[in-house]
Amino acid sequence: MYFVEHFSFTMQSAELEIEDSFDFLFKIILVGDSNVGKTCVVHSFKSGIFIEKQQNTIGVDFTVRTLKIDGKKIKLQVWDTAGQERFRTITQSYYRSAHGAMVAYDITRRSTFESVSQWIREVEQYGAASVLLILIGNKSDLHANRQVLFEDACTLAQNVEAAFVLMARELMARNGMTAIDEISLEAPSLTLNSSHPVRDTLAPDKNCRC
Amino acid sequence: RSGLILHIRTWLEHALRKHSWSGIPREVRPVTWRLLSGYLPANTERREQVLQRKREEYFGFIEQYYDSRTDEPHRDTYRQIHIDIPRTNPLIPLFQQPAVQEVFERILFIWAIRHPASGYVQGINDLVTPFFVVFLSEFVEDDMENFDVAALPLETQRNIEADSFWCMSKLLDGIQDNYTFAQPGIQNKVKALEELIGRIDEDVHLHFCRYEVEYLQFAFRWMNNLLMRELPLRCTIRLWDTYQAESEGFSHFHLYVCAAFLIKWRKDILSIADFQGLLMLLQNLPTIHWGNEEVGLLLAEAYRLKYMFADAPSHYKR
Repeated sequence: MYFVEHFSFTMQSAELEIEDSFDFLFKIILVGDSNVGKTCVVHSFKSGIFIEKQQNTIGVDFTVRTLKIDGKKIKLQVWDTAGQERFRTITQSYYRSAHGAMVAYDITRRSTFESVSQWIREVEQYGAASVLLILIGNKSDLHANRQVLFEDACTLAQNVEAAFVLMARELMARNGMTAIDEISLEAPSLTLNSSHPVRDTLAPDKNCRC
Repeated sequence: RSGLILHIRTWLEHALRKHSWSGIPREVRPVTWRLLSGYLPANTERREQVLQRKREEYFGFIEQYYDSRTDEPHRDTYRQIHIDIPRTNPLIPLFQQPAVQEVFERILFIWAIRHPASGYVQGINDLVTPFFVVFLSEFVEDDMENFDVAALPLETQRNIEADSFWCMSKLLDGIQDNYTFAQPGIQNKVKALEELIGRIDEDVHLHFCRYEVEYLQFAFRWMNNLLMRELPLRCTIRLWDTYQAESEGFSHFHLYVCAAFLIKWRKDILSIADFQGLLMLLQNLPTIHWGNEEVGLLLAEAYRLKYMFADAPSHYKR
C-alpha cells in the first residue's frame, strides 16, 4: 500500500530567528471521545512514560517533540483536545492549521468507535483539504474487554469517502515504546514523497493502510 | 433596636470580609467559608436550623433524582462525571477512596441536572475539591491526603457532602456563563485579559503577537478551572479565601489575578523566542513550590491592577 497524498509542508526555519531550528514543522490535532486515552498517547510519545490516570484535558493541550528522520529535523506539534462536547467551540479553531489529525477511540468501548465518523466529519468540515488522517484504536492491551475488532476499524477506514488518506492503527499507550515507535514511524512516510512505500511496522501491533 | 442589630451585622460582615481577604487561619476556615459564601447565616441563632434544613434539602435532591442517573435524559451526564471522578486529583490517595468518589459523583450529578443550561462541564469536577478538603479538615488532625473518610461517622460524611454541594453551587452561580453553550464567560474574560495585558505590559503583549501566541491557547484553562490546574491545591485554598471575601471574586477579580499571574512570569516569557517554547512554559508554569507567600504577593498585585484599571480604564488606554 502506498500513500497517495502527502503533507503540504512549509519550510519554517528560514523565517524564524531561533537557535532551536528544524527542517519541517508538522501540526497534528488529536481528537476523539472523552477518556479514550488521548492524553496518555501524547504523554508517552513525549516522555516515554505511561501514566495510568491523567486529569481530564481542558480545552487544548500543547506538546512538541523533535525527531530526527533521514537526517532531517522534524518538529511535531501535537494539539491534544478535550473530548467533551462543550469544548467543541474551542477545539474547532485548531483544525484549520493542522497537517494531520489523529482520531482516537477505545477498543474496549464500542460507543467511542461509533463516534469516529462524527469526528471525521469534524476534520473534513474544519480542517484543510490536504489534512492527513489516522485512526487510532487505543488500549489494545486490554484484549479481554475488546468491543471493537481491528477489522472493523480497517473497514471503516476503507469506506470513508474523504479527500484524505485514512489509515487504522491500534496501539498501547501503556507501552511507551510502542506508542513512540508507532508515531515516529509515521514521520518518514509523511515527509517523503507521495509514492514512497510506508515501512513495515513492528510485530506486536497491527496496522492497515487503506 | 432592629436597626442597630442590622447595622452591627453589616459591620461584622464587612470586618469578616476584610480580615478574610488576607488569608483565613486553618482552624476557622470551614466556618468562615460557609459564612462568606452566604450559605451560613450571620445570625448565630438561626445557624443550626438553616444548616439542618439545607442539608436535608440536599439529601432530598439525592432521593428524588439520583436514581435517574442511568435513565435516558441524564445518562450521558452521569457517564461523563463517572469517567472524570477517578481522574480528579489522581495523585492524591484521598480522592481514590470509593467513599470520596461517590460523594463527588453525587454532588456533581445533582448540580448538573439542576442547572441544565450548562450541565456538567469538565473542570467543574476540580471545583468541588477545595470545599471538600476544607470541610473535611475540621475532622482531620494531620495527613489529610491519606485520611480514611469512610471511618468518619455517617452523619459527618453527609454534612461535609451537603455543605460542599451548597458552597460549590454558590460559587458556580457567579460564573455560570463560563459553562453554558460556547462558554461566553470564558471567551469574554480571555479577551479582557488580552486587553488588560496590552495596557499593563506592552512588552509581553507584543512578544505574544510576534510569536503568534494566542491568549486562548493558555488562558482558557485558567478561566475554566480558576487556575486550579496551574497551582498546588494549598494555594487554591488560600486564593479562595480572598475570592470569597472579595465581591465577584471568582469572576471579576479572577481576571486581575490571571493578569498578575501572567506578568509574574514576564522575564521567563521574554527570554523565550519561539512559539513552542512559549506555549510549553505557559501550559506548565513552575508553581509546584508555591505557598502562602507567593499567593499573597500575587493577590496584592492583582488588587493593585484592579484598583488602577477597573474603575478608570480609559485613562490608561493607549
